[in-house]
Amino acid sequence: MPKSKSAYSEPSKVSKPEHHIIVVWVDNEAGVLARVIGLFSGRGYNIESLAVAEVDKQKHLSRITIVSVGTPEVIQQIKLQLGKQICVHKVALFKRSDENILFRELALIKINSSKKNQEKVKKACKKYNSVILDKSKNSFVIQVTALRREIDKLVQTIRPYGLISISRTGAVAMTRGPEVFK
Amino acid sequence: MPKLLSGAEIVFKALEDHNVEYVFGYPGGAVLPIYDELKNHKSIKHILARHEQGAGHAAEGYARSSGKPGVVLVTSGPGATNVVTALADAYMDSIPLVCISGQVPTHLIGTDAFQECDTTGITRPCTKYNWLVKDVNDLAKILHLAFEVATSGRPGPVLIDIPKDVQFKKGPYTVNKTKVSKSLNGSKAKENISDKKIDQLIEMMKKSSRPIFYTGGGIINSGPKASKLLRELVALTGFPITSTLQGLGAFPGSDSQFLGMLGMHGTYEANNAMHDCDLMINIGARFDDRITGKLDEFSPNSKKVHIDIDPSSIGKNVKVDLSFVSDVDIFLTSLISRFKSKNKNFVDINKNKIDKWWDQINKWRKKDSLGFKNSNSVIKPQYAVQRLYELTKNKETYITTEVGQHQMWAAQHYKFDEPNRWMTSGGLGTMGFGLPAAIGVQLAHPGKLVVDIAGEASVLMTMQEMSTAIQYKLPIKIFILNNEYMGMVRQWQELLHDKNYSESYTAALPDFVKLAEAYGCVGIRATKPSELDEKIKEMISINRPVIFDCLVDKMENCYPMIPSGKPHNQMILGPEEDKEEVSAEGKILV
Ligand SMILES: Cc1ncc(C[n+]2csc(CCOP(=O)(O)OP(=O)(O)O)c2C)c(N)n1
Repeated sequence: MPKSKSAYSEPSKVSKPEHHIIVVWVDNEAGVLARVIGLFSGRGYNIESLAVAEVDKQKHLSRITIVSVGTPEVIQQIKLQLGKQICVHKVALFKRSDENILFRELALIKINSSKKNQEKVKKACKKYNSVILDKSKNSFVIQVTALRREIDKLVQTIRPYGLISISRTGAVAMTRGPEVFK
Repeated sequence: MPKLLSGAEIVFKALEDHNVEYVFGYPGGAVLPIYDELKNHKSIKHILARHEQGAGHAAEGYARSSGKPGVVLVTSGPGATNVVTALADAYMDSIPLVCISGQVPTHLIGTDAFQECDTTGITRPCTKYNWLVKDVNDLAKILHLAFEVATSGRPGPVLIDIPKDVQFKKGPYTVNKTKVSKSLNGSKAKENISDKKIDQLIEMMKKSSRPIFYTGGGIINSGPKASKLLRELVALTGFPITSTLQGLGAFPGSDSQFLGMLGMHGTYEANNAMHDCDLMINIGARFDDRITGKLDEFSPNSKKVHIDIDPSSIGKNVKVDLSFVSDVDIFLTSLISRFKSKNKNFVDINKNKIDKWWDQINKWRKKDSLGFKNSNSVIKPQYAVQRLYELTKNKETYITTEVGQHQMWAAQHYKFDEPNRWMTSGGLGTMGFGLPAAIGVQLAHPGKLVVDIAGEASVLMTMQEMSTAIQYKLPIKIFILNNEYMGMVRQWQELLHDKNYSESYTAALPDFVKLAEAYGCVGIRATKPSELDEKIKEMISINRPVIFDCLVDKMENCYPMIPSGKPHNQMILGPEEDKEEVSAEGKILV
């Protein structure tokens, strides 16, 4: 096809996409999650992980933690758009590299293998607060909590030892020290 | 225990409490209980459109010209999907609409019931907020909230989806208007404007030798007081001012400090001044891509100040040096009072400083970038708009438009001296907007002259609304600049697609004069420049709807024009220049 002379503008300088963690406090109502997520999908942004649960029963408040990759400008725009929604109480935006923020993700891992391999898995999981939740003759379910990238690495390590299923929560985040985000 | 009302009664009670005069709508199964209740509420007049998109645009016309929210009522499924274009249009241009849609009964939601669609899902990205009301006890509260959301902060459309069973069920009506405690598109995010920041701005204004005001629709939305204050500020400073398409009328188009509209089809002086200025004060505009052109080269040497009620507008496209999150009228009030108290006779004192700037601007003005070669044999579209302006400028005239070349010619050649007189679909660029919008404008301004400056292609998209105009005796004037082409498309094809006029010619156009007669209104046709004035006068004198078929030059292009991907100071001024310019890099056009 010949090169077209038309018909779109060229993007100007685009900054590098980075990982961002967005924490949103919302009213726990129907449609709220779709509203929040729509701001990402409407811009063609993928969500790497999402964790939602009600954190205040009386006030019907849910806390959503989203990990997404995007340019700082677009993520900032999403944050401001979120802030305008009436279902949103507050929005916090963190870089993954922020020292002041704690991140954790929980994973359940099912292993089906020989005793020898089972031991290898248990050993590898040990430093991630592992707990065995279920056991049968050849299998067990182990729970670990760690950073996302640590779990990624762990999974790579133990995959050859009979990993048959994995379920992950996505990251949740909290600031260090006595302060809370306002 | 308060008296219990049906959901349908609650809807009308809320409309009454919000002083709604008109509801633009179209009935259907899922809203019948509401339509049944209509007869009991004499203060509310229902305007029956011929298509829900028409109802939506009419409500927009009403809102844009009156500053009050427009109310729309549609049925479920196709009724709701038909109104989506109008909601998206209102969302882009920050127009307050309250749309009520019927929904299938609660127990059928999610079963693919007859005329069911996920209305809140479909409209979520094109409304400021929307609600599906599943409990009649929430209805009154949500209706009040809806009006507040639509009209506060940066205005916009909202939608309330009410299942049929909820319209029948009985619930309490509460009058206490809920106050939203959170930041609502800026209404609560407004900052307290500190004297320190204002002084910082005043300092920048005093230092500047090449200042410009760049103003937009935010001033119109802020209300008539904001326009008044803007005039005062511009007079106080002696600075030049330009406006976006949406902001026309906020500052008088005939004033000598006004440089005309800026942007893709803006004037040479406005765009060059934006490019070369050293201080840009953006009040209520949003650095849209049709304004900035190539972002990297947008006004490279200026300090930029941005005043917007919506915090998410600031820094979105262009980084600024100083910003105020504020309603325009509040901001201008603080700025003017502080400016006045500290700078007596500023215009005189500062004259020397910006004299050279004005000289430069006047040189640009000499290019006469809106000039065109007139003709004795064929009506030039620009000439038609100029004549319409001259013959209507002494009346209180309201102009709506469709989308295309005619819209740009209207913006360039019709001069607006007052806000709320100019209603055009700027953000979404919706063909078919102007005719139904004119209906809404005429309802808001009975007895005034309302003209839709139209293209023949656009106007056919919502032509059925002529029937609405006839039914309610609304004497709107549809002034069609008929070039038989989708002119704007044809222009791009001429300049950028090697004159491959793919599907931009409309064969088999209707005879608009006969069409007018078929609708029961008056048709007028003008074919020669010599008869134009007389026919326009005839149109104005008729107190009924008129379709005016103005046959214009078929191949005229709209200039000046900034090809996208180009900075402001590289415009195409006219047919002689475009050959050389466009064959070079100018071909990338959005
Ligand atoms: C609903 C819709 N469809 C398509 C377009 C793309 N478009 C922009 S201008 C235009 C041509 C408009 O033709 P006409 O109404 O005759 O006006 P003219 O440009 O000739 O003045 C088209 C098709 C649009 N803006 N809106």
